[in-house]
Amino acid sequence: MKINLRVWRQKNPEIDGKMVDYQLDDVSEDMSFLEMLDVLNESLSVSGEEPVAFDHDCREGICGSCGVVINGIAHGPEVTTTCQLHMRSFADGDTIDVEPWRSGSFPVVKDLVVDRSSFDRIIQAGGYVSAPTGTAPDAHATPVPKKDADHAFDAATCIGCGACVAACPNGSAMLFTAAKITHLGLLPQGQPERDSRVIGMVDQHDAEGFGGCTQIGECTAACPKGIPLHTISRLNKDLLGALARGEG
Amino acid sequence: MTQSSGLDEFFTEGAPVADTKAPVVDHISEMWDKRRFEAKLVNPANRRKLSVIIVGTGLAGASAAATLGEAGYHVTSFCYQDSPRRAHSIAAQGGINAAKNYRNDGDSIYRLFYDTVKGGDYRSRESNVYRLAQTSVEIIDQCVAQGVPFAREYGGLLDNRSFGGVQVSRTFYARGQTGQQLLIGAYQALERQIAAGAVKMHTRHEMLEVVVVDGKARGVVVRDLKTGEISTHLADAVVLASGGYGNVFYLSTNAMGCNVTATWRAHKKGAYFANPCYTQIHPTCIPVSGDYQSKLTLMSESLRNDGRIWVPKAHEDDRDPREIPEDERDYYLERIYPAFGNLVPRDIASRAAKNVCDERRGVGPGGLGVYLDFADAIERMGRATVEAKYGNLFDMYARITGENPYETPMRIYPAVHYTMGGLWVDYDLQSSIPGLFVTGEANFSDHGANRLGASALMQGLADGYFVLPNTINDYLAAGPFTKVDESDPAVLEARQQVEERIAKFLSIKGTRTVDSFHKELGHVMWDYCGMERSEEGLRKAISRIRELKKEFWEDVLVTGEGMELNQSLERAGRVADFLELGELMCIDALHRQESCGGHFRAESQTEEGEALRHDDEFAYVAAWEHGDSGPVLHKEDLVYNYVELKQRSYK
Ligand SMILES: Cc1cc2nc3c(=O)[nH]c(=O)nc-3n(C[C@H](O)[C@H](O)[C@H](O)COP(=O)(O)OP(=O)(O)OC[C@H]3O[C@@H](n4cnc5c(N)ncnc54)[C@H](O)[C@@H]3O)c2cc1C
Ligand code: SF4
Ligand code: FES
Repeated sequence: MKINLRVWRQKNPEIDGKMVDYQLDDVSEDMSFLEMLDVLNESLSVSGEEPVAFDHDCREGICGSCGVVINGIAHGPEVTTTCQLHMRSFADGDTIDVEPWRSGSFPVVKDLVVDRSSFDRIIQAGGYVSAPTGTAPDAHATPVPKKDADHAFDAATCIGCGACVAACPNGSAMLFTAAKITHLGLLPQGQPERDSRVIGMVDQHDAEGFGGCTQIGECTAACPKGIPLHTISRLNKDLLGALARGEG
Repeated sequence: MTQSSGLDEFFTEGAPVADTKAPVVDHISEMWDKRRFEAKLVNPANRRKLSVIIVGTGLAGASAAATLGEAGYHVTSFCYQDSPRRAHSIAAQGGINAAKNYRNDGDSIYRLFYDTVKGGDYRSRESNVYRLAQTSVEIIDQCVAQGVPFAREYGGLLDNRSFGGVQVSRTFYARGQTGQQLLIGAYQALERQIAAGAVKMHTRHEMLEVVVVDGKARGVVVRDLKTGEISTHLADAVVLASGGYGNVFYLSTNAMGCNVTATWRAHKKGAYFANPCYTQIHPTCIPVSGDYQSKLTLMSESLRNDGRIWVPKAHEDDRDPREIPEDERDYYLERIYPAFGNLVPRDIASRAAKNVCDERRGVGPGGLGVYLDFADAIERMGRATVEAKYGNLFDMYARITGENPYETPMRIYPAVHYTMGGLWVDYDLQSSIPGLFVTGEANFSDHGANRLGASALMQGLADGYFVLPNTINDYLAAGPFTKVDESDPAVLEARQQVEERIAKFLSIKGTRTVDSFHKELGHVMWDYCGMERSEEGLRKAISRIRELKKEFWEDVLVTGEGMELNQSLERAGRVADFLELGELMCIDALHRQESCGGHFRAESQTEEGEALRHDDEFAYVAAWEHGDSGPVLHKEDLVYNYVELKQRSYK
């Protein structure tokens, strides 16, 4: 099939970017979206132009590297990661806009590549259990009700891609933050640091310049792992409790 | 030892490996205790004066960085992704083994040790494998304490499953995303140390050279992938945890960025590369659909528990599979291996698929596929049960192929998945360069000629959490070593090598893209150094790779500039190293005139076409030294005192 692409090109953070038109005449519907971009890049390279830079690694929907806004939707029309989107989701002759995540807290590095190191810093602010190597009791010392373990797992599937931020009109990273609060907050191992965790992570979230959450729900709709909105309610409850207990 | 004639043009033989540093004990079970007791300790106050560089943040690297940081050393870590959490370990699906014997089904440290040595087709080192089995139990405790959400039963205790054809249930798992959950646990531990100032993390940095001063590894040269800036980092010791090299085949289940550069650069500076030809080809992957294909997707091995594998009896039968009657189908694994059927080990299942496709009985595009059929399972258990067990895999298959596996059989084909070879290390995980340690898939490790399912995650975490932190101290106790100056000739030379290589790539301005070279190399490797190898094929491959390497350096096209984010330049460096590695893999495969594990030599098979080992001649690790006039082979003899060598049989 034929595809008309309009791709955001930006040489570096200092220079303004713009949309540039490209045409591909021979796209197979079995190609993944990123393979379609590979084909574009091979043809750009051969004609001496610079290929489009984009982040990707596993191409299996699990590492969270990939992610672009496709026709205004983070990760495109299906509920999946960009790398797992296939061209059969588009029609012959379609025009497709491809842009990087847009958020002040995810500055563009080049073309479609953005800097998401703010996510790592949110984790540094408390997204862990302090368990130095070698100090652990036997794994069966503390049984965890299956229901809690399953719900913790659901939240732990977040891949840190940043689509929630790109989709949110406020540019909030609350879904990402809440996923971690929920994962660790549901497990007995996460209890001792529960208060300091939520206060630390929310403070860092705000310090990174992410917007506040007004429960619009665009984040959940774009999330390739279906992290539910109620994780944010859980975060809010934990935060209020922690503040009331005077932690932090 | 005899050296078959006619191979001298490819390599020379050097002195055997003298010592693996495994302590001498009465029984193998005492070895690790003895080593920990004898290894010199570094007192906590001195650790602050010692620095360690760790390349890689997968399971093997993140666990080591978190542990050594917590212990008080100065750690500097590097990864090429934008976050340490994205290392390729994240993609592991099936699970992690541990000899907990929570099922009370007869498992033990000895049994895990035995299964691993046997599964590796008796080409791994007993001492290391025994320690791996011992350490496995501590890993699960550590991960649970970090909040890793393993699957649990209704009573709240951990669930286990049997995996990869073993007869006990010792595999711990987290749905189909075990690697992700383990890595997030290690990543969070690492981020905690970063916040504490104990680890300095450099993301989007690629290590391009090791700095060796006075025979010791003292640092690395890295390129900042965002800005192109080259910098040198110096330390008392260097750890490579940079993963496997399966992408030498271009198409594999590895992440796109997986590469051999870190270990290959170290090899060229003196580190031995062991058993490079041992690669694992996984039988259940989604077949190639077209020339544009960039990677292959693994479908969990667990599918073989209920799916039946078959091809049509007739050649080039392109009927809809549902219209092929039962008696015109060949359930070839069940036919050839009645005892194990569809559950034979990976290497055997893969080769059998290749054989039926070579007989022109394969299905799908290019005849490179076999059916994995759930029709019987759906009839037996009901669709709902199949969906509950395998739903996410079926969805993934449907998304990628556009076919509905509930209605029509899946098509699968083997794909490159894991590399057992890697840098040679001793019992302390130290390479042949003092001060250079290697962990995880990057070392030649514990898996011999074939790795069992759920054992790589175990090894990565054993190395990083428990082994290295108890052995590297023995080396560091002699430090801090004399401070190395940035102006030391060895430092300047390493940096200059990096700069010159980059300048060279950018100056060639040829006509062929990096990817086109990579694809061609991949084809050569797959055809001649893949599931079946022969002397004739390997000779052909070596001469083609040499030509290709020459063409690459004359005609490669690298766009853009050095001082910017330049993915074409990044790939050029990786492919240049793959070209050199590919040649060594073929030489290693050529010299090993036996079949073992993933290495099947056409000339060495039983009458029934099964792999035939030659223990009298080849029970050794092939450790290759880089030499200016070709590789030099150092043999490390493998001695089996605790497991009896047998020919594997799954009939
Ligand atoms: C699809 C798939 C499924 C699997 N499933 C299982 C399973 O169920 N059970 C199991 O036991 N094993 C499984 N494996 C194997 C297992 O996942 C890997 O062997 C293991 O995770 C490797 O871990 P590692 O830490 O050694 O390397 P990796 O996780 O690959 O990490 C490598 C690190 O090195 C960095 N790096 C590499 N080169 C450089 C460089 N030059 N400069 C700077 N940084 C660099 C990378 O950024 C990364 O951080 C699977 C593998 C695949 C491909
Ligand atoms: S919450 Fe969802 S969208 Fe946000 S980072 Fe995690 S996986 Fe991505
Ligand atoms: S490339 Fe890993 S999630 Fe898309």
